[in-house]
Amino acid sequence: MIEIKDIYKSFSGNDVLKGISGVFQEGVTNLIIGGSGSGKTTLLKCMVGLHQPDSGSVLYDGRDFTPMSYEQRIDVRKEIGMLFQGSALFDSMTVEENIMFPLNMFTTQSRSEKLDRVNFCLERVNLEGKNKLFPSELSGGMKKRVGIARAIAMNPKYLFCDEPNSGLDPKTSIVIDELIKELTEEYKTTTIVVTHDMNSVMGIGDYILFLHEGKKFWEGSNKEIAHTDIQELNDFVFASRFMKAAKDKF
Amino acid sequence: MNFTNFGRYILLLKSVFRRPEKLKIYLKEIAKQMDYVGVGSLGLIAIISTFIGAVMTLQIAFQLVSDFIPKTIIGSVNRDSSILELSPTISAIVLAGKIGSAISSEIGSMRVTEQIDALEIMGINAPGYLILPKIISGITMVPMLVIISMFLSITGGYIGGSISGAVTPAEYIQGITTDFNPYTITVALVKAFVFGFIITSVPAYEGFYVKGGALEVSLASTRAVVISCISILVCDYLVTQLLL
Repeated sequence: MIEIKDIYKSFSGNDVLKGISGVFQEGVTNLIIGGSGSGKTTLLKCMVGLHQPDSGSVLYDGRDFTPMSYEQRIDVRKEIGMLFQGSALFDSMTVEENIMFPLNMFTTQSRSEKLDRVNFCLERVNLEGKNKLFPSELSGGMKKRVGIARAIAMNPKYLFCDEPNSGLDPKTSIVIDELIKELTEEYKTTTIVVTHDMNSVMGIGDYILFLHEGKKFWEGSNKEIAHTDIQELNDFVFASRFMKAAKDKF
Repeated sequence: MNFTNFGRYILLLKSVFRRPEKLKIYLKEIAKQMDYVGVGSLGLIAIISTFIGAVMTLQIAFQLVSDFIPKTIIGSVNRDSSILELSPTISAIVLAGKIGSAISSEIGSMRVTEQIDALEIMGINAPGYLILPKIISGITMVPMLVIISMFLSITGGYIGGSISGAVTPAEYIQGITTDFNPYTITVALVKAFVFGFIITSVPAYEGFYVKGGALEVSLASTRAVVISCISILVCDYLVTQLLL
């Protein structure tokens, strides 16, 4: 479980996060949604320690991450897997080397054990046999899946996904969403997905935290989101004609 | 580099020298960087050093027109100039262009494509993993390249002098073997060590803190080369003043 308490963050006097709190449970897909510039990615980066919040705390199963020393943070980070918006695969390494990288750094497993783990992760994301390809030889969807395989290589307790569907076609987006949900339920990870994709929201959003102008405006599930009377949330959720028509119909 | 940047540079170096997560992986990376910095630059350094040596001989011969000055002086002047100044400094400036821009753009691209964030999220000390092998390869391979450069520059002088007839081979060899002070080699190697550190650490700093996209990466790369060259010249003066 990850708990955030009263997170504030500003850049050069511009307040980006204004006192965000929330609890993200394990085994469910937690979504942070909001329009562009609402502070979703900044919140995610504060949670994983890429940004230091101005105030507030981030608790990983009760362990306060924000005041931790560099060495203490390393221990928590070994339990974190993250899928980046642009996949962030290492260009100079093959798919196999990318997935094996954290195993090489932090485990004492033999090469064959590591290779087994790599093959298992690749199988899990339906990319068997793609070991020797370089990131430049992969499509956007394949890169995301390799990113997921690398993120789960170390059996993380916490899985973060930053805009996993950006730049993907609707069909591939669904594949990625379903994969994230399956992995979350299978390994009981605390999964946090930052997205503004409404298909993801309706498809996998077990718990949703809606941000608007750096503040938490709403929290609930995908079943409740269509029935709120919060104007800002409705403007976001029903921005497209399709969603508007769907709402009118039901 | 203003004071804020200098402070950030020092703090970055502090994190570069943290204990490696796994020595074996770092050693592999160091070997890879040594190959790139050392072996990869050998051809360029060889060509530049040989021609500079040859040109130096011709220019010294052109300037020493007096009958009272023996022609063996051409060899001596070429030897000392090559060892003390031309080989370390010219090699360092050329390497700053070749290696410095490559380091800056490599690390800068990794920054803008979130690869550095990915390393940090994994719990890896990104400055250590990315920069330490480059610095170690710089401070070991640049002195070796400078030694090769000295030899080739003096040899180039010999070839240039012989082909043009500006100095006979016998006079040149007598010149380079007369009154040789081995301390000049020490000074040159100290310079090469300092330059090797600058050539790798300054571009790494510029790349590591890039913000933006492709344009900013290219600007950082240019800035890295300019700052490295200026730093090399300033340190060249300081080391010379301290050691000679």
